[in-house]
Amino acid sequence: MSGGHSTYTPKTGLGRWMDARLPLPRLVYDSFVAYPVPRNLNYAYTFGGILSLMLAVQIVTGIVLAMHYAANTGIAFTSVEQIMRDVNSGWLLRYMHANGASFFFIAVYVHIMRGLYYGSYKAPREMLWILGCVIYLLMMATAFMGYVLPWGQMSFWGATVITGFFTAIPVVGDWIQQLLLGGFAVDNPTLNRFFSLHYLLPFMIAGVVVLHVWALHVTGQTNPTGIEVKQKTDTVAFTPYATVKDALAMVVFLLVFAYFIFYMPNFLGHPDNYTEANPLVTPAHIVPEWYFLPFYAILRAITFNIGPIDSKLGGVLAMFGAIAVLFVVPWLDTSKVRSAVYRPWYKLFFWLFVIDAVFLGWLGSRPAEGLYVALAQAATLYYFAFFLIIMPVLGLIETPRRLPNSITEAVLEKNKAGANAAAQTTQG
Amino acid sequence: MRKGIMSMNTFIRTLAALGVGLSLAGAAGAAEFPHEKPVEQSWSFAGPFGSYDKGQLQRGLKIYREVCSSCHSLSRVAFRTLEDLGYEDAQVRALAAEYEVQDGPDDAGDMFTRPATPSDYFPAPFANANQAAASNNGAVPPDLSLIAKARAVERGFPTFIFDIFTQYNEGGVDYIYSLLTGYQEAPEGVQIPEGTHYNPHFISANSLAMAQPLTDGQVTYEDGTPETLDQYARDISAFLMWAAEPHLEARKSTGFVVMVFLVLFAGLMFLTKRKVWSDVPH
Repeated sequence: MSGGHSTYTPKTGLGRWMDARLPLPRLVYDSFVAYPVPRNLNYAYTFGGILSLMLAVQIVTGIVLAMHYAANTGIAFTSVEQIMRDVNSGWLLRYMHANGASFFFIAVYVHIMRGLYYGSYKAPREMLWILGCVIYLLMMATAFMGYVLPWGQMSFWGATVITGFFTAIPVVGDWIQQLLLGGFAVDNPTLNRFFSLHYLLPFMIAGVVVLHVWALHVTGQTNPTGIEVKQKTDTVAFTPYATVKDALAMVVFLLVFAYFIFYMPNFLGHPDNYTEANPLVTPAHIVPEWYFLPFYAILRAITFNIGPIDSKLGGVLAMFGAIAVLFVVPWLDTSKVRSAVYRPWYKLFFWLFVIDAVFLGWLGSRPAEGLYVALAQAATLYYFAFFLIIMPVLGLIETPRRLPNSITEAVLEKNKAGANAAAQTTQG
Repeated sequence: MRKGIMSMNTFIRTLAALGVGLSLAGAAGAAEFPHEKPVEQSWSFAGPFGSYDKGQLQRGLKIYREVCSSCHSLSRVAFRTLEDLGYEDAQVRALAAEYEVQDGPDDAGDMFTRPATPSDYFPAPFANANQAAASNNGAVPPDLSLIAKARAVERGFPTFIFDIFTQYNEGGVDYIYSLLTGYQEAPEGVQIPEGTHYNPHFISANSLAMAQPLTDGQVTYEDGTPETLDQYARDISAFLMWAAEPHLEARKSTGFVVMVFLVLFAGLMFLTKRKVWSDVPH
């Protein structure tokens, strides 16, 4: 799986017997023990491991919740309340699962931003990046359908609004929407198919994760310098070095996760979802979960017609385009240098992009009126300009800083600088 | 089929227009209501070590039974759970038996009523939503089982960031307290629909269908607690928080153990990591 030469030598008779028939121990050894990782990885590189952990948490809690949940509009809300009140530790399972979705997205956003900052998508890692985008898309679909299951007011009206997007597609739009809903409006068939798909998609995510890790182990990891591994001193063994570092990061991440589960379990949710779905009463203000808010802001920013495309279709195209553009990032970035560390201008535009994305998220939670619309339009413009203009043009005109010759050299330079600074501090 | 698609289009457009209209109204509302933010109270169950005050919950239950229950249901709360409030099994049985619930069919195929047992839930005051609306000026009084988690006034930026660190989870109870104590005469020039009552704390309009439900001295307390509107409002709010989140104490006490474990674990992992990496400059 690592693509390199295997150094696994079975020590026992049983090990040799197994290795000759199904070399699974060899695969695990080569992938997670002997696998060489760059020695200069920082904590931004621990989120891949954290994401695997979150996927496992969501699947385990989800399977147990599904044992108690009933996907029927008549009793869905009540079955969730029974989980909260009567199932042993049911409140813990549900709060873990609901907040787990949010923390899954926090981790994936850090992971994606890490990739954008260090140029992790560049050749030869295009497939690795695209598989990551596929996982992200599957996560969004899973999270959206999962939010519908408790059958609260925001579940119902969120599903109504989001499936309504598809009607904007010419010719086949209505047909797609009716296929999604299993009828003309959100109702029992919708809940049933969403539950079925919500159970299916995480296993598809797990499948794509296997491909993602496979692709990673073929090309090897990037690192903060963006320079490829050249010599043995550039790397350390996955175990114990990366294992222990990933484990520390996971525990700290779990600490924050636990704080929300036990002390702020409803902070990331919407109070309206504690009211049972009522098709006759529209909530004053329909908002999606926080992790969809930037895209919601982009959707609502398109308030004008563009030629034959009316504002509704335009908004939907912009929203899907905001995700689709991620898939082609490897070909939009023209720079020869991977890491933003050596690209002063890209670094600036990258951080502006992060601020822009957070700002879009806040705008998504505001009503689409007055100044908010204009701000959302400006932020949407920057979102797309970052990918479609800044990335291609900057790569051609920017002068990068001098690159070190190797990872080892970069590490030793940094350590020397650190030692000098420390020495000066002591003298001062 | 063609016709079906056309009418579907029209329907979606109408729905979209309605949605936009409503969300604009809502947006205007979000800025306008409530006129006054909830008044933050000090609650025994707030904070990392918070726990319910059983005496307060018992007083709150008394208010629910004597006042609120004439219009509001509490359908998700079972009598058996009242042991959380400090009642003995026999007391719970006696309390449940004061209510009549429908059961059946019996051997003859007829439905009948019988006294409630601990496994029953609080019966609703109305047979259905239509009957509830007809008796209440057209507005259905909401079920109160989850109301303390189903209402919250938006905190706004940057307060919602600070809330993470101060562990502010009491938006629902602060809202209920403020609403119950917030009734007043409509200011001059403010027109309110007939049969509604002005309250600047109400989350979605100038006035609501419910008249001021509690006044000084209305409910008799046996434990010497002051019989004031302020005290009543605080007690019923606490009781409704318990009704919405009965496992709050277990959650917070489990949380403390988990946090201590994870902090120690993280500390050990940190030391292990430092030891493992000590021979590799990175």
